[in-house]
Amino acid sequence: MAEITLRVNGVERSLSLDTRVSLLDLLREHLGLTGSKKGCDHGQCGACTVLIDGRRANACLALAVACDGLEITTVEGLADGEELHPLQAAFVECDAFQCGYCTPGQLCSAAGMLREPGPSAVTGDLTEDPALTAEEIRERMSGNLCRCGAYVNIVAAVHRVAAERAREVAGR
Amino acid sequence: MREFEYARARDGREAVALCEPGARYLGGGTNLVDLMRLGVETPARLVDVSRLPYDRIEAAPSGGGARIGAAVRNSDLAAHPVIRRRYPMLARAVLSGGSGQVRNMATVGGNLLQRTRCPYFQDVSKPCNKRHPGDGCPAIEGDHRNLAIIGHSDACVATHPSDMAVALAALDARVHVIGPGGERVVPMPGLHRLPGAEPGRDTVLEPGELITAIELPAPPPGRSVYRKVRERASFAFALVSVAALLGVDSAGVVRHCKIALGGVAHVPWRAARAEGALLGRTAGPDAYAAAADAELALARPLPRNAYKVTLARNLIVATLTELAP
Ligand SMILES: Cc1cc2nc3c(=O)[nH]c(=O)nc-3n(C[C@H](O)[C@H](O)[C@H](O)COP(=O)(O)OP(=O)(O)OC[C@H]3O[C@@H](n4cnc5c(N)ncnc54)[C@H](O)[C@@H]3O)c2cc1C
Ligand code: SF4
Ligand code: FES
Ligand code: FES
Repeated sequence: MAEITLRVNGVERSLSLDTRVSLLDLLREHLGLTGSKKGCDHGQCGACTVLIDGRRANACLALAVACDGLEITTVEGLADGEELHPLQAAFVECDAFQCGYCTPGQLCSAAGMLREPGPSAVTGDLTEDPALTAEEIRERMSGNLCRCGAYVNIVAAVHRVAAERAREVAGR
Repeated sequence: MREFEYARARDGREAVALCEPGARYLGGGTNLVDLMRLGVETPARLVDVSRLPYDRIEAAPSGGGARIGAAVRNSDLAAHPVIRRRYPMLARAVLSGGSGQVRNMATVGGNLLQRTRCPYFQDVSKPCNKRHPGDGCPAIEGDHRNLAIIGHSDACVATHPSDMAVALAALDARVHVIGPGGERVVPMPGLHRLPGAEPGRDTVLEPGELITAIELPAPPPGRSVYRKVRERASFAFALVSVAALLGVDSAGVVRHCKIALGGVAHVPWRAARAEGALLGRTAGPDAYAAAADAELALARPLPRNAYKVTLARNLIVATLTELAP
């Protein structure tokens, strides 16, 4: 057993846990935050994606004990009260889901991705920070699988928010 | 998963002291936690080294090398301006591995020491010499489509899965280690070992040795790139990959050449014969094909992975042609 304290969606939580518990099981089973989904439990599908200290990560591969002292954001923590996160609004507007099982992971992954600097595997010139084209988004979101194949609309939704952010930055 | 103790070390010495027999270091956990869940790894204690103060990338002034802390996350390595400018093949290799999430979690030390993706190794209901020496290797008769074509043995035909390690092997990286016996530096290639009669040992590291940093010499002049062929466009391990650097003088003669292959061997495979065949020769597709053939003369493909020999040849030629047509 281990004693840990972490902040989940802004709320401090102290727990006594078996060292074998993953961050995903901590969230779902111990805290009742069932937004994050278990698709594979092997890091291969992205359904469990959360933000750890603001960076997207697979909660199924993180041991809860190793997250002691860290800040976790799940899909439940993305919205600002009743106001949807821009990605959530864009997913609704673009019809970016069918069954919805992958959606919490897609949303957290996209939220983390939009903050990640630098090139991706499909960027031509590595010294540039490329614009988030549909091709860049597909590559950067490849850790999130969708069994319903809603990819076209997922990319459109993420693209919409990425383009809004780029316009805001340019307008500043 | 078997029960285990968890300990977080404050510095390298403490980590080494905590890493008693049966214990394992924990980096990002993206490979180790997965293998523990599969029952392949059953450590009695995890020593978390992901928060050790090995999280910096120090670059010498322009023209020099770089030192990468073992706890640097893969994504931070690939996003670092100096790595992108000075070692493009390394940035590209890291970016081609895993997903954004995996790269955010994975550490440089853990990436080097990740275990093979051989399907039998990951399935504890099957025998495997790498897990239990002497039990046999079902891959030799079975599913070895994605396993080794060079340097394998009768005991094991597994491949090393890391993309990053291929670039490091091409760049003559030096791996800094501390352990119960003190500090030492292990060159790459040289960290990973061929399976021989001891497939259980992936590397030359002794139990309890901790990677603290990777040192990169100044890159030789020339252009470099990493290319990876896989079954889908993203988020898959390599079938074959190549890290290549080519420096050609104004007369078109190859003056600098570094080539390493991924997906073909138990180690990131430095293609020394291909390099030898190219140095001093006039650059061009004919020379590249001759160099690839010189290297692949060593290949001993298995019944169902001979396609990798052709793939590796074509990939070497295409990659070098991209660097210097
Ligand atoms: C779905 C998925 C897809 C992937 N695809 C790719 C891919 O395409 N290409 C690729 O290259 N990789 C891929 N990976 C593998 C990934 O890159 C590795 O799992 C990761 O780099 C391991 O780093 P880590 O810090 O998480 O290591 P851990 O899992 O924490 O540790 C791995 C091993 O290294 C040891 N270790 C860790 N740190 C140290 C240290 N400092 N000193 C000594 N020993 C240490 C551990 O004891 C353990 O044995 C993939 C992984 C997943 C889950
Ligand atoms: S190839 Fe190596 S890892 Fe795979 S089953 Fe054979 S012995 Fe085990
Ligand atoms: S449940 Fe974590 S990646 Fe699939
Ligand atoms: S919407 Fe069903 S899995 Fe993506």
